[in-house]
Amino acid sequence: MNILSVFVALPLAMLLVLFLCRTTVQIRTVMVAGASLLLLAAAALVVVFVGERAASDAEMLLVADTVWYAPLNIHYAVGVDGISVLMIVLSAVIVFTGVFSSWNMNREFFLWYCLLSIGVFGFFISLDLFTMFLFYEVALIPMYLLIGVWGTGRKEYSAMKLTLMLMAGSAFLLTGILGIYFTSGGQTMNLVELAGRHIPMMHQYWIFPVTFLGFGVLGALFPFHTWSPDGHASAPTSVSMLHAGVLMKLGGYGCFRVAIYLMPEAAHELSWIFLILTGISVVYGAFSAVVQTDLKYINAYSSVSHCGLVLFAILMLNQTAMTGAVLQMLSHGLMTALFFALIGLIYGRTHTRDIREMGGLMKIMPFASVCYVIAGLASLGLPGLSGFVAEMMVFVGAFAEHDLFHRVLTIVAACSIVITAVYILRTVGKILYGEVFDRHHLGLPDAAWYEKVSAVGLIVCIAALGIWPSAAANIITEGVAPVVKHLTIL
Amino acid sequence: MDFSGFLLMRQEVALTAAMLALLLYDIFGPASWRQHLRLVATVAMAAVVAVGFLPATTGEAFGGCYVASEMTALMKNILTVATLFVFLQIGGWLRAGERAHREGEFYYITTATLLGMELMVSAGNFMMLYVGVELASLPLACLAAYDKYRNKSAEAGAKYILFSALSSGVMMFGLSYLYGAVGTLYFSDVSAVVSPTPLALLGFVFFFAGLAFKISLVPFHLWTADVYEGAPTGVTAYLSVASKAAGCFVLLFTLYFVFGRIEGIWYAMLWALSVATIVIGNLFALRQKDIKRFFAFSSISQAGYIMLGVMGGTAQGMASTVYFILVYLFSNMAAFGVIAAVEGCSGRTDIAAFDGLRRSNPRLAFVMMLALFSLAGIPPFAGFFSKFFIFAAAAARGEYVLVFIALVNTVVSLYYYLLIVKAMFINEAEGEGLGRIRTDNYNRLSLVLCTAAIIGVGIVSAIYGYVGDMSAGVALK
Repeated sequence: MNILSVFVALPLAMLLVLFLCRTTVQIRTVMVAGASLLLLAAAALVVVFVGERAASDAEMLLVADTVWYAPLNIHYAVGVDGISVLMIVLSAVIVFTGVFSSWNMNREFFLWYCLLSIGVFGFFISLDLFTMFLFYEVALIPMYLLIGVWGTGRKEYSAMKLTLMLMAGSAFLLTGILGIYFTSGGQTMNLVELAGRHIPMMHQYWIFPVTFLGFGVLGALFPFHTWSPDGHASAPTSVSMLHAGVLMKLGGYGCFRVAIYLMPEAAHELSWIFLILTGISVVYGAFSAVVQTDLKYINAYSSVSHCGLVLFAILMLNQTAMTGAVLQMLSHGLMTALFFALIGLIYGRTHTRDIREMGGLMKIMPFASVCYVIAGLASLGLPGLSGFVAEMMVFVGAFAEHDLFHRVLTIVAACSIVITAVYILRTVGKILYGEVFDRHHLGLPDAAWYEKVSAVGLIVCIAALGIWPSAAANIITEGVAPVVKHLTIL
Repeated sequence: MDFSGFLLMRQEVALTAAMLALLLYDIFGPASWRQHLRLVATVAMAAVVAVGFLPATTGEAFGGCYVASEMTALMKNILTVATLFVFLQIGGWLRAGERAHREGEFYYITTATLLGMELMVSAGNFMMLYVGVELASLPLACLAAYDKYRNKSAEAGAKYILFSALSSGVMMFGLSYLYGAVGTLYFSDVSAVVSPTPLALLGFVFFFAGLAFKISLVPFHLWTADVYEGAPTGVTAYLSVASKAAGCFVLLFTLYFVFGRIEGIWYAMLWALSVATIVIGNLFALRQKDIKRFFAFSSISQAGYIMLGVMGGTAQGMASTVYFILVYLFSNMAAFGVIAAVEGCSGRTDIAAFDGLRRSNPRLAFVMMLALFSLAGIPPFAGFFSKFFIFAAAAARGEYVLVFIALVNTVVSLYYYLLIVKAMFINEAEGEGLGRIRTDNYNRLSLVLCTAAIIGVGIVSAIYGYVGDMSAGVALK
């Protein structure tokens, strides 16, 4: 079996084995073993990929192709480039840490969790538009029950809102996919082959916006981001982690891989519309985060801002900015997962997420608090951590576009860094330092061992990405290059 | 005498034999045999299904009134499988209470309507088609009123017979005009000479309206909700799957082959009707409190999706339509199996009866959820694939706007399907809830088969390939 199919087969096997499990110990064993295997497989994938890359300069490596539905040229086609490899690694890390962050959940929760993972991994390995879309939707629907059953707060409302908004996005997307297939001649659904075909301009004008919007909804594109704060605030910890950490990246990845790659002409001509929208996302998300008092809402709006930056950078359509965008995806995925893990930890103990009802947690839970500070610093772009590298590349790349429109937008977007610092430092100062707000909090225990595993795992990745970004950047660059070449040939 | 014509009709012959055998068994069998009636009926129906899967023969009988091809064999198989599921699911209900002594009636009346539907599918002449429609409709009214001591069931029967008679009349009226315009009722002759003259068009529109009633396309859907709600649950399942499917099959054949020359006309008609059907079916489904009414509107909107495939107008379009109906059969039957089980235990059909089903009956809740997801078109379940192929068939003609409207409506439909999932998985039952439901073995078998199909039919591409081969075998204009 192709190494890529392992990433779908393994969660599927976990799901089936879970059906047989009865006790909590068995469930945890299965989940930890499975997630560790996924992590190992991801590490193996990087090694194999780097080896293959040295030997070949094909656009996609490790490809495998099986005909599925011949009449519509639907294949089960898998293959990866540098970007998807890193996305798979990110997903594996977050699935792994997510298991530890949801240590006390029951079997049914993990069944849906596995299904969600199948969707996520399947999406990143797919080269076929149909299977890509299939996995995309597989990743969406478990969210409804994960939030609706195990969530907190206005969970039913949030779950329904999230599901319907994302499904509405996929309605746009499917129209776009059918458009791509039939206007390119109805011969292939394979992304690489489609890139070699030309979609008539008149069709590109509607397919590009439709596809970009479809994926953009998941990437929290303004004004279709409203599912994100509610959804993330209501979701249980590990679901927030996976959703903000990985699922929102599906949006950015899809915009890059489908909308821009397949319709380069329209991307050039129409990118300005979406640049304005993403610019608003970046700044508006940050400002909204400033006025929130619920920890999860703060982080959710910060995600809107950061994911907006991903789409913003992709739309700059140049090598540096796009590389930065992928780095930003990785960086945001890791740190937002860390944030949600810690918020879940704090909420599980204090039973409040309102920053006005907390204070001095540093004295009570030193480990969790230190981790929170690290996550905050990564988020506001402290050099040495992942956030700095990503944002630096994004803004350098964006500033390279030297017309007034791009320059102004870049400057506006760059302002979000300052606003980020405001809400991060304000939150950190309020809840971690100062007097203990509630005396009942004094007796609360610090992080348990499984929560420490989760937090430390993520911090190690964040620091690694910050200290040695070139390792990731080199792999990304090779993935971005063919797309940029495709864009510049015009 | 030449018996080869009967070999051609072996599905109908088997069905008739099964019907007569059941009738004789019920009337003349000793009283002690009666307790096995359910088993006998199920086995007889299974035998009819098995006969349908023998290698198909093609040809004509009765001077072209009756046409058999691989495609008609497949369509009839879909209808008989649906009926088999109905038998499996309704058997327990038939035995309860005062109904026990007339259990047999249900089986042979149902087989009679099924015979009518098979004749509709195989018709090669409009008279034959009309006979089939009548044979399919009249006994159905008896079935809808089967639970005669319940007012709603009696009302359903009365409504169905009135609407059915009206629509048959309208159809007959249309056929008379058509005959006046082209001078023949044979499909092959009509297709050669039909042209968009006012008289022929008038005839066509009336004929179409009669069929649209069976499929419950908007605006011919007004009977649907009341009849679905009032009829016994098994009959509702039968109406929503077999009856609708038969109508769609006939529509496919007549539109493609008989009225192929006036495609421009029916294409525009179907465009408008499919949008209206999807939108209105969806909007009304949103507010329903009774699960059977809910499924009435859900099935109306599904019929709208089926029309998208019909509009495809190619072998691909035909394949996707038949495949959609096949998947719809399994999804709807799974849902109705669960509804029957819940109704059998609680006697309730309101959606609130499903509150907290996950806690009391996790397996039933699971099956219901799969069925709903499949109906909503969520991967990896079969409904996703069938919807995708329908949309692909429409998109192949460049109907992106239509596809988009339909897709937006799937989001609306997802909302109301999720409401039931929410009732089962998130809401808590009031009071003690349902308690553990003991489904009988027959219904359990039907649910297991449907679940396997919902999960497997999409992933196993050979099934679509099979349907595709069948429709490619039909000579298309």
